[in-house]
Amino acid sequence: MSELVRVENLHKSFGPLEVLKGIDLEVNTGETMVLLGSSGSGKSTLLRCINFMEIPTSGRVFLNGEAIGTEARGKVTYKEGDLCKLRTRIGMVFQHFNLFPHMTVLQNVMEGQLTVLGRDKAEAQEKSMIQLTRVGLANKAAEYPSRLSGGQKQRVAIARALAMDPDVMLFDEVTSALDPELVGEVLKTMRQLAEEGMTMICVTHELGFAYHVANRVLFLNEGTIHEEGEPQALLRNPQTKRMKEFLEGHALFKLPE
Amino acid sequence: MEWSFAPVIANLDILLLGLLNTLKVTGLALSLGVPLGLALALMRLSQVRPVSMVSAFIIEFFRTTPPLVQLFWFFFAFPILFNINMTPYLAAVVTFSIQSSAFFAEIFRSGIQSIDHGQWEGSKAIGMSRNQSLRRVILPQAVKRMIPAFMERSIELLKTTTLVSTIAYTDLMYQANSIAQSTFRPLEVYTVVALIYFVLIFAFSQLSIIIEHRLAKSGEGTVN
Amino acid sequence: MDHNWDFATIFTNWRVYWVGLQGTLLMFGVTVTLGMFGGLIIGILRYMKHPAAAWPARAFVEVFRNTPVLVQIIWFYYAFPILTGIETSPFLAAALGISLNTMAFSAEIYRAGIQSIDKGQWEAGKAIGMNFAQTMRRIILPVALKRVLPALTNRGIEVFKMSTLASVVAYIETLSQAKLIAELNYNPIESYTAVALIFFVVLYPVVQGTYALERVLNRSDR
Repeated sequence: MSELVRVENLHKSFGPLEVLKGIDLEVNTGETMVLLGSSGSGKSTLLRCINFMEIPTSGRVFLNGEAIGTEARGKVTYKEGDLCKLRTRIGMVFQHFNLFPHMTVLQNVMEGQLTVLGRDKAEAQEKSMIQLTRVGLANKAAEYPSRLSGGQKQRVAIARALAMDPDVMLFDEVTSALDPELVGEVLKTMRQLAEEGMTMICVTHELGFAYHVANRVLFLNEGTIHEEGEPQALLRNPQTKRMKEFLEGHALFKLPE
Repeated sequence: MEWSFAPVIANLDILLLGLLNTLKVTGLALSLGVPLGLALALMRLSQVRPVSMVSAFIIEFFRTTPPLVQLFWFFFAFPILFNINMTPYLAAVVTFSIQSSAFFAEIFRSGIQSIDHGQWEGSKAIGMSRNQSLRRVILPQAVKRMIPAFMERSIELLKTTTLVSTIAYTDLMYQANSIAQSTFRPLEVYTVVALIYFVLIFAFSQLSIIIEHRLAKSGEGTVN
Repeated sequence: MDHNWDFATIFTNWRVYWVGLQGTLLMFGVTVTLGMFGGLIIGILRYMKHPAAAWPARAFVEVFRNTPVLVQIIWFYYAFPILTGIETSPFLAAALGISLNTMAFSAEIYRAGIQSIDKGQWEAGKAIGMNFAQTMRRIILPVALKRVLPALTNRGIEVFKMSTLASVVAYIETLSQAKLIAELNYNPIESYTAVALIFFVVLYPVVQGTYALERVLNRSDR
């Protein structure tokens, strides 16, 4: 397995508040990594630094061995144009879907391909329908987002990200805003993607997903990685006090016997 | 081309007189326009169909026709029609009282209509007449919401009164024209007058923003 | 009121009013187009808060919103030529004043519309690799413009009414023609009543249209 995403000594501060205090991590191709932690631990910020929705204060991010940004005299600078190109190679799905309300489902999925990748309409439409079929929503292609349920909206959002043919997919608490009955369909789609070999980094509270689908789990607390390892080991035997407390707080998840 | 503000400074007293007249006309038009607007709004909300329709027509007519047309009508046409002697001052006040009242009427109307129906029900249930409900329960709540729109409309009125200069009322704009002609320094005169208007209006705008923030803090919504 | 209404002279002089109306329509067409398009650019600049553009844009908007439009027109007619050496015809002076005034008001309307768009829409555009211009053009503006359409049409109606102010610097439009007829025929009542009716008849359907537009937009707002 080769390394696809690498983060080195990542720091991120918002004004006086330091949220990430030196993160190192690697994700290999085809791996599914889950980031756990309580609110304020920095897990979403870390995810958003990977596709530069937030610009790190210091540290480097590598995609496919390639360093993002240029370093000169100890400072790293980023060009907006390069970051735009980078984001076409990384897909992101948001907690609140952020579908484009003035476009149909199909147009939503086609938009990035047409405007950013410059694909022609026929190709974009074909690829969009493939992704919509993949998430099980091909029959909703002509609908407007306002007519869909939360779970359906999120699956469209996943298709929209997949249509860009990214190397890695980032999921930022994608089920947290959904009604409980709708969570399952989204997790099922994500599991399917993982099994198809997509490299995924997920911030989530769904411990069941972490246990059954993730290859590796990271537990973040107050801006640093407290624990790291395989889900079965980590979730059964948390080593640190903070993680033990975190798991107790999520008592709904019962370990399989 | 050299700037020379000396002639402007020399005529500052004339400009000041103009400014006072501008404020006079605006103030008077406001104090007449607001109650007239309330009357029109209440007529508009009346259950009696003819009353409501007449009011609607007046409001629409004075909001849709240009103020300068209205001013000319009241200054040139009205006196002949009703055999009344119309001075520029009188024509200005009459025109802008009615013109602003049409806009105020709409602000009153949306303010009153924005009050939750439950308030009408509650006052009706304790035996209040429609008038009493309006006076004791509805209007007091509505007024607070309407204040930002009122202030905006009042500032608009201050700008609109420059039109009175066209019928030779000696407001600030008229004085500016007069001095520009007599001193042959239109650039300096008009720039200074524009500046005076700017300072005046900007100050009122900022004041109304402050008041709006205070109102927002006390938790009231606003109508537009 | 014992006046003998005589609209005959108004009707025989209909061509005079028609020439005026053409002047009104021309002034309106030019000023509303320049004003709304220029305003969009300034509105976006204001939204961007880009240091170089933000301050001049703010200054422009504050100056033209906080001074009366008549002052602006007269300034462009008498003061501007002295400052720049460029002669301004009545048309140019009035068109400049009203256009710039409209730009300033429209800019704030556009800015409010853009700001009302959920931040998540910017994020979604960014996440698929769109730059600022692409996101603005494809995602933000289509929704923002629809939202501010009522405010823009109200502004358009105001601009139409403002065209009468051009008569103050001797531009030939509907009101100046009405004045001409009134002075030549000694019938100010009929003439000014006629012009008030002309404006009312032209604008009233537009006003009703904007109410209908607002209702439609409120219903379909997602």
